[in-house]
Amino acid sequence: MKPFGVHRGRVAPLDRVNVDTDQIIPKQFLKRIERTGFGEFLFYDWRYAQGGKKNEAFVLHEPRYKGASVLLAGKNFGCGSSREHAVWALSDYGFRAVIAPSFADIFANNSTKNGFLTVCLSENDVAELMRRSREIDDYHLTIDLEKCQVRDDKSFVANFQIDEFVRHCLLHGLDDIELTLQHEAEITAYEAKHPPLRTLQELAR
Amino acid sequence: MSAKRTLFEKIWDAHVVAEPADRSPILYIDLHLVHEVTSPQAFEGLRVAGRNVRQPLRTVATVDHNVPTEPRGTPITDAIAARQIDALQKNCKEFGIRLFDMDSPEQGIVHVIGPELGLTQPGMTIVCGDSHTSTHGAFGALAFGIGTSEVEHVLATQCLAQQKPKTMKIDVRGRLAEGVAAKDLALGIIGQIGTDGAAGHVIEYAGEAVRALSMEGRMTLCNMSIEAGARAGTVAPDATTFAYVKGKRFAPSENQWEQALESWQTLPTDEGASFDRVVQIDAAQMSPFVTWGTNPGMVAPVTGRVPELGSVQNGDRRAIELALQYMALEPGKRIQDIGIDRVFIGSCTNSRLEDLRAAARVAKGHHVNPKVRAMVVPGSQSVKRAAEQEGLHRIFLDAGFEWRESGCSMCLGMNPDILQPGERCASTSNRNFEGRQGRGGRTHLVSPMMAAAAAITGHFTDIRNWKFQ
Repeated sequence: MKPFGVHRGRVAPLDRVNVDTDQIIPKQFLKRIERTGFGEFLFYDWRYAQGGKKNEAFVLHEPRYKGASVLLAGKNFGCGSSREHAVWALSDYGFRAVIAPSFADIFANNSTKNGFLTVCLSENDVAELMRRSREIDDYHLTIDLEKCQVRDDKSFVANFQIDEFVRHCLLHGLDDIELTLQHEAEITAYEAKHPPLRTLQELAR
Repeated sequence: MSAKRTLFEKIWDAHVVAEPADRSPILYIDLHLVHEVTSPQAFEGLRVAGRNVRQPLRTVATVDHNVPTEPRGTPITDAIAARQIDALQKNCKEFGIRLFDMDSPEQGIVHVIGPELGLTQPGMTIVCGDSHTSTHGAFGALAFGIGTSEVEHVLATQCLAQQKPKTMKIDVRGRLAEGVAAKDLALGIIGQIGTDGAAGHVIEYAGEAVRALSMEGRMTLCNMSIEAGARAGTVAPDATTFAYVKGKRFAPSENQWEQALESWQTLPTDEGASFDRVVQIDAAQMSPFVTWGTNPGMVAPVTGRVPELGSVQNGDRRAIELALQYMALEPGKRIQDIGIDRVFIGSCTNSRLEDLRAAARVAKGHHVNPKVRAMVVPGSQSVKRAAEQEGLHRIFLDAGFEWRESGCSMCLGMNPDILQPGERCASTSNRNFEGRQGRGGRTHLVSPMMAAAAAITGHFTDIRNWKFQ
């Protein structure tokens, strides 16, 4: 996993609440069997009109937000389907982090497995960042996972909270399957006491 | 005396394998359900890392999301979908996993076949790369959806490192009235607490109305927990649960049954155990509901109206405006004046035998409105056979409904069953998100009875006034 330390990038505001994973990556693009190549389909139904014509008015198509790597959004971002394709699509498009007042649990969980950061800030802070990203040209934010801090080049500074272990894994790009396998002895001991039900064993036949 | 614990805490405690000082607890997973859409990258990850599936006997797969619902044997015309199904077949073969494939008499939606095969049992931890895994909580199991990286994690380790969620009790006082279904209770709860109202929590549904629900009703209720943002939904196991599980194909056999029962009976929440949050719901306030917007919390009683914007405060106002614009509805419109083009009866929320019986009871002796196309998609091949044995398919076919093969179908439209742009659908599924059932499609979530009634009248109709024939 790609480590996440300090990231500075251009900011794009998506001023919507409850952005669900069906919007982030519509189902017709879930049929790939790879983890890559989803970026071009990110927010597809918002970015392209029926028939494939580019919707120039959509925020990510505004020239001023080109190359943005930090997305701002409303509360409950990533709700709905568990599809990790949503995180893959955001990453593949070029985003490294989303800042919102809250995130759906599964989306936040999926993000941590992909070196992608979900940053919770207050509604007021997010509203302020949305305002700045619209009013200030080429607006950039620095997301500092070492200090758990979001700051701009002007006066904005806000701290955020994150599970200490998740932070540790992100900072060092750790493979958490490997970390679990460090408990091999405990897993084996647990399994010795809890064999699969006999009826489940019959599945093998 | 040991501390008083909730159902969730008992299951959690029994599955903690290790509690590293600097990391979330590592939880053992009893049953891992796998389907074609969220698993290929996980298997590929195993191969790349040179890892194996640790417990093939605790892993069960089926194809459901993009299988066609035309008669079996119809070739899959979508090459990419076919490739995904093909990948699952190969992966299951390579790693020794039991697959209920397209041609299996037990194929079906993963959350329908788990329970009906008796794989889903009280006290288990169950995961699947699908958010509606919460369905299995109806049995007093801890069941939750995971992403593909976690699917790979469970395949490789049979464990997951999980932060311990909080607990929330939803106490439903009183009884649901005639014509008010488990689906309506689910929609009513989400309408009340919001689509992120239970974020970070495991819900336990309790109270008289929940106890009175059948297992099918409890599955519908737990299924929709994720639409309230919950990590999982649960119902304490009781006589209804045990009667359902008994005799199922993979349920404990006769000589194991007493022992299993004894352990399951210790699961319900101890009297006096505390929850992080408690929400009271008055069953008498529940009525048949219809969603009008683009998330399941945007809901009104069938006798109500689409909201007026005048009364709405800032934050939500924009969301409502966007929703009404997408749904092409004027503020204040009467729900019963909303006409529909399509009806979908199916999905992991409402495609079980009881759901089909409820819809058939409404459809019997009536005919689908000429401007409506209505389809019934049983949740599994077993449900389909059982319905046909009862003659339900005859009722539907005589009334002008399509009777199709099992799968996820138009709940998410990954197969050819989709809405056309602008089409309006009364659907028994779980999500009315923009484009969910097909780009530009407009979804209204309802119960199976309400969907059947709408198919016949061509608009939303209060099932409580229905003339059953």
